[in-house]
Amino acid sequence: MIAQNTLKAQVSQNMAFLGEANRYSPFLAAQNDSFHSASYDLSANTLVPDIYGSQRSQAPLTTATSVVGLQFKDGVVIAADVLGSYGSLARFRNCQRIMKVNDNIILGAGGDYADFQYLKNIIEQKILEEECLDDGFSLKPKSLHCWLTRVMYNRRSKFDPFWNNFIIAGLEYGQPFMGTVDKLGTAYIDPVIATGYGAYMATPLLRKALESKPDLNKEEAIDILTKAMQVLFYRDARSFPKYQIGIISKEGIEIRGPLTLESNWELAHMIG
Amino acid sequence: MFRNQYDSDVTVWSPQGRLHQVEYAMEAVKQGSATVGLKNRTHAVLIALKRASSELSAYQEKIIPIDNHMGITLAGLTADARMLSRYMRTECLNYKYSHDSVLPVSRLITTLGNKMQTCTQRYDRRPYGVGLLVAGYDDQGPHIFQTCPSANYFNCKAMALGSRSQSARTYLEKHLNEFPSCDLDEIVKHGLRALRDTLPNEVDLTVKNVSIGIVGKDVPFTILDESATAIYLSEIEGDEKRSRGPGGAAEQDIQPPQPPPADQGPQDPQPAVAMDTE
Amino acid sequence: MSSIGTGYDLSASQFSPDGRVFQVEYAQKAVENSGTVIGLRGKDGVVFAVEKLVTSKLYEPGANKRLFNIDNHVGMAVSGLSSDARQIAETARTEAASYRAQYGIGIPLKYLNDRVSMYMHAYTLYSAVRPYGCSVIIGAYEADGPVMYMIDPSGVSYGYYGCAIGKAKQSAKTEIEKLKLADMSCKDLIREAARIIYLLHDELKDKQFELEMSWVGNHTNGRHERVPFEIKAEAETKARQAMDEDSDSDTEDM
Repeated sequence: MIAQNTLKAQVSQNMAFLGEANRYSPFLAAQNDSFHSASYDLSANTLVPDIYGSQRSQAPLTTATSVVGLQFKDGVVIAADVLGSYGSLARFRNCQRIMKVNDNIILGAGGDYADFQYLKNIIEQKILEEECLDDGFSLKPKSLHCWLTRVMYNRRSKFDPFWNNFIIAGLEYGQPFMGTVDKLGTAYIDPVIATGYGAYMATPLLRKALESKPDLNKEEAIDILTKAMQVLFYRDARSFPKYQIGIISKEGIEIRGPLTLESNWELAHMIG
Repeated sequence: MFRNQYDSDVTVWSPQGRLHQVEYAMEAVKQGSATVGLKNRTHAVLIALKRASSELSAYQEKIIPIDNHMGITLAGLTADARMLSRYMRTECLNYKYSHDSVLPVSRLITTLGNKMQTCTQRYDRRPYGVGLLVAGYDDQGPHIFQTCPSANYFNCKAMALGSRSQSARTYLEKHLNEFPSCDLDEIVKHGLRALRDTLPNEVDLTVKNVSIGIVGKDVPFTILDESATAIYLSEIEGDEKRSRGPGGAAEQDIQPPQPPPADQGPQDPQPAVAMDTE
Repeated sequence: MSSIGTGYDLSASQFSPDGRVFQVEYAQKAVENSGTVIGLRGKDGVVFAVEKLVTSKLYEPGANKRLFNIDNHVGMAVSGLSSDARQIAETARTEAASYRAQYGIGIPLKYLNDRVSMYMHAYTLYSAVRPYGCSVIIGAYEADGPVMYMIDPSGVSYGYYGCAIGKAKQSAKTEIEKLKLADMSCKDLIREAARIIYLLHDELKDKQFELEMSWVGNHTNGRHERVPFEIKAEAETKARQAMDEDSDSDTEDM
């Protein structure tokens, strides 16, 4: 009878010889014990900075401004412009930031564009994995909203936040859903959401419109949202007249644009 | 004493392409007391037969709740089942934490299967010696899953595990087409009758040795208390028991591997069912 | 030289005196006990067909798939121990995801094949683990046409036009060799694949089976998908007809 220890030693020795091929070693994969949880790593990073002596994100670089969203009778519309600002410089003119996640979710993002792209990749991979399973289940907006909240809060708790505001919109069991989460992990659900500058400028407009007519149809919702985008373009110095609209309803998902906002600056010379 | 040279480790293939250690672990499931799982269109039900190890001991619990939407019953090594159930609970909880919804049953079973598989491939492990029946309810309705020590799992219309469970499976197969349209009470009664068919003549179902678990639409996973169980038991009392031969169960379970004839040198055992490879 | 009883066949990390690793060969045996799986590569795509044996009436139909999506564009058909095979599918998915994360495009099948076969091969090197008891076929439709590889428990892999694994692989190969694969479209391949699986199914030994089919090709825009129900049903009907005609002519001969 061979002592188990001898064999264990043999196993770890074998590993040492593997060198580069470590990746294909049978001894690495299956070592996680029952207490390892399969798939819910919420840190959402593969390159974790060390606790000490590393740079955390303290400011965004290339940024995008507000995202606005409005629920209507049987769906949700969200809108965002396509400008990537570098500080006060209007640097990139086609940074699209409304994405289709799957057949029941759309997502809009503001804030650091690189952070958005990074998370977009992770979300897309998450959806791809789910499609591969082909088990008839698909992620629902409430779940994505929850997941993103966990990710954002997790990172803010490491003092290394993803510098974004997200709006997650979709249909949950046929009902419209819209939620938001910011870089601190603050999250809520509301039929009217505007992030960034829009939180100050657009929210009152949208609320008023919804209160005066709670049963909006799709076209009305789009009109109101377009109006909000126009107001934001007039007052927000980091905004842009080209924008996109994402619509989700029972008919499916449509992402329009980049569209162009109408504006009239004839009065400009009278100001200042 | 080993039966042959190829059955000492999970890491050894037999010349026939079988894994004897895994097959032996499958035998452990047949040692456990019987348990039945079945479902209709809205509910999944687990019925288990509990054993007491002595007259002084309590009956060993057979049904383990996992989450509001899921519960399991086991046949085989209870301690192994407790490890698996802990894993399943953790997975459900983590999913709820990160996704604010219930973990689809089929997904949990898939990850569980992968976890169990690693134990069938490594020298320093042994397979889990337990079979589970998982009853769950999610967006796709009620489910009954069976898992095996071989890390195989099956999505079932109905299933029975444990000692003398062949009789219960026979009952289930016979009534399979009725189940979807049954109401909850009827499906529980079918389960009890199936379980009763596994009993030897001198034993009968009582509120002490039967455990019933239910999950379904708007019903979180619940283990019925004795008074509720008693009602169901009284309702099947009048039904005719399936006739049994003088020796007890009419149908024998699949036989465990038989030792090879002594004079032919080392040979593989020949169980009636080889390990599932389909 | 015979393997049994020599003591040289108890570990994957041991050669026999004539230079064989019997444990790997035994693992291949496990694959041969399993339902037949075929992969056909035509001019505009790859088609997989699986004879999934059903051992109990109590199982739900359609469960325990033997065809997997690895990525949007890659399909995998497996034969052998399904619990082992699921592990391989999981590994392949991880590799495909890692390639996608690094390079931003789907993994070319050549590289996926390299990585998965490396992985399977690693399990043939140590006494502390056993080789995988499954073979897999992977297929994709890429810019310069369809591609398909088959990987063995030994970690050996080859590209194929047509391949078969499992119980009836020999007779399946004979049937496949009769086809002019390079000229055939997915539509034709589906019909042939269904016919071959039905033809090779041994009704005496394995009573029930389900036919599983998937494809990836030009017509699916390079996505690996299950064959739609109607098309599969039609192929199955044709396959059954072909069987009946076959048995009719048999009786006439008598």
